[in-house]
Formats: sequence, structure tokens, C-alpha cells
Amino acid sequence: MAPVGPRSGDAIFSSIDRVNAELFTLTYGAIVRQLLTDLEDVDEVNKQLDQMGYNIGIRLIDEFLAKSGVSRCVDFKETAEMIAKVGFKMFLGVTASVSSWDADGTCCSIILEDNPLVDFVELPDTCQGLYYCNVLSGVIRGALEMVSMKTEVTWTRDALRGDDAYELQVKLLKQVAEEYPYKDDE
Amino acid sequence: MIGVGKMKQYSNVLDKPLSKGKQEVSLSAFAFLFSELVQYNQTQVDNIAELERRLEDAGYAVGSRVLELLCNREKGNRRETRLLGILSFVHSTVWKVLFGKVADSLEKGTEHEDEYMISEKELLVNRFISIPKDMGTFNCGAFVAGIVKGVLDNAGFPAVVTAHFVPIEGQQRPRTTILIKFADEVSISTSLYMIYLYLEKLNLSPGLPTSIHAAQVLKREARLSQ
Repeated sequence: MAPVGPRSGDAIFSSIDRVNAELFTLTYGAIVRQLLTDLEDVDEVNKQLDQMGYNIGIRLIDEFLAKSGVSRCVDFKETAEMIAKVGFKMFLGVTASVSSWDADGTCCSIILEDNPLVDFVELPDTCQGLYYCNVLSGVIRGALEMVSMKTEVTWTRDALRGDDAYELQVKLLKQVAEEYPYKDDE
Repeated sequence: MIGVGKMKQYSNVLDKPLSKGKQEVSLSAFAFLFSELVQYNQTQVDNIAELERRLEDAGYAVGSRVLELLCNREKGNRRETRLLGILSFVHSTVWKVLFGKVADSLEKGTEHEDEYMISEKELLVNRFISIPKDMGTFNCGAFVAGIVKGVLDNAGFPAVVTAHFVPIEGQQRPRTTILIKFADEVSISTSLYMIYLYLEKLNLSPGLPTSIHAAQVLKREARLSQ
């Protein structure tokens, strides 16, 4: 089936294989718990989660491009919209919105209305420094790097830490010219 | 960085209504995440047995939560107390919720009394996995074995649960069999229950030990008050 033109996130999500979100949520929880036991340091766990996300991102972008039929985005604004409207919907079944653009259009916020990673989750006092969903920022960073965009993705709001929403700030650092894929330090 | 950060969150997770469990994510999102789980654990171990044990641990954590969640949501806070009941709970309810279908089969082991097998032609976690030759008998199903163990243990039926590949004739890919071997105490309590049922049928009901005890206490008290 050759994809013709960009498809909406909803259309893709309804046509692909899906699994129960609880299996996903609980498995993610098991990963975070394992990391906390192994690494014993919240900062190290944040780093490892980000790294895992990055690994996922660099593989996930292929599937994204293949299934969505999206062609090259004209600017970073369109890219951010694609991530929020198609990317999140297609993989996690949730929608996100983009806001808070800066003047030169290189920095914006992606706000998640619904986040399947955090069902049943409450951060204990000992883990208050944990960015529980850090895997997501890694995914975006990894995926964008594969389409020649170096970005910095940070959490600006996290409902698990008492904020009212999940908000990721995506900042475009530089657009790299086409080059051979290389391995990041492993 | 322990204890650093904002004050405790405002809303309590327990205040939220329990989800209906109808939400879904894409299969690839799960597959990516699972592959990271396996890859990370591979960096933490020296051998296959250790890797399987760590995956099983991760699964166990999922299983114990699934039991709690499903007993609450699907069974009105009732939990199976019979061996066959809990087995069919795993085979149908748990499987249906987690993997979207009932498991292909649930069989009793032929060689040992206390062994049961749940088989699945294409286990979800093995779907995108091919095992490198040098990793021998490694099976990612260890994660699912862990889930099953987590459910059984927490329901009061301790068991050793392992995942195995079983080749099927005429098929390229083997099926995965989850082998459940119950601990001795489980079969003893099951046999005691069978004896109880038998005696009851013969109208020789031994009565519950507690009621005998209660009767004795009452008698003694009656004597004292005279």
C-alpha cells in the first residue's frame, strides 16, 4: 500500500495494530522502577530514560515517514505541528497542541492533553527530581535528529510534579545539512 | 538529588477515577519500548539466565498490578481462590486485557500433576523478535512469564513460571509456551479442599475448625458463669 499524501493522525491510528494502553503504561512503569533500583540516582535515571527515548526516536522516524506519507516540512513550525498532530496521535493515540512560539520561530511548546505514560503514577517523596516521562523528550530529539534537526527538548511543566499539564519545550539548535548517518557516542 | 523539587503534587492519584481500560496505543510504541527494556537489561547482565530473570522481574511488577486492577474492575473486588479459577482468569481475563485476545490454549501437564501450560502461537512480545544464534534458548516471553507469576503469586498461588519455544510442525516460527509449576503448598491446599468436598458429599462434614473452637469457648464460658 503506497501512501498518497499526508494522512491524518486519526486515520493512521485507526488503521494500524494497537495494544492496550495499560500494558504499555505498566511496562513503562516497570522500566522506570528497574532503573531507579539499578542506578539509585534520580539524575542518572533521567539521563537513561532520555537515552532510551533517543534510541527509540532514531528508529521510530522511519515508521513515521513511511506510514504518514508526510513529505519535507517547509519550516520548523510545520515540523512541530506534525509531531503534535500526527506523531503523538499515531503512536500514543493522544493529541497534543503547539503554542508559545518565540519571535524567530525556533522554539515552541508542545502541550500534552492526555499522557498514557502516567496512569496510576504518583511520584514518592524520594523521587521528586525525576522526570518520569523523560523518554518522550528523548524520542522527539532522536527522531528530529534523523531528519537533520538538532534540537533540545526539555520539560517545562509536568503534572506529576504538581503542574497543571505536560509541556515540552522544543528548541531548534541548528539544521544540519544532509549527511551520512553516524553513531552517537554509545 | 533526593528530595529536591517541588512540593508534593496537589491531586492525589487515588482521587482520579479508575480508567475503563479502553485506551490504546500503537503496537509499535509498545514494541519500541519493550525492545529498549530488553536492550537495557542486556547491558546489566553476563548471561542469558540472568537476563531472563531480570525480564521476569519486570514482568512480575506488571503482573501484581494487573491482578489488583482487574480484580477491582472486572470482578467486583473478588479474587479467585481456586486453582482452576485463577488459571482460567490468567488464560482469559488477563490475556484478553493485556494482549487483546484469549490465550490459544491452557493445558495440564502430562508428566506432573502440578504443571500447567499456557500456549500462544505468536506471543505479542515475541512478534518482532528474532533471537541471535549465540543467545541459545533465550526467550523474551520471560517477561510474560513474569506477568503470570506476578498474578499467581499475589493471588496466593506461588509458582515457578518459565517461557519456552516449542516448534510446531509445518510452521516456520515456534509457538511460545508458558510453563507454570505450582509450589507444593498449592497442591496440598487443593487436595485438602478436595477431601473436604468429598466428606461433605458423604454428609460427614467435619465442620470448620473455627466453629468447633467457638463452641468450646462458649461451653467454657457457660461453665464459668454458673
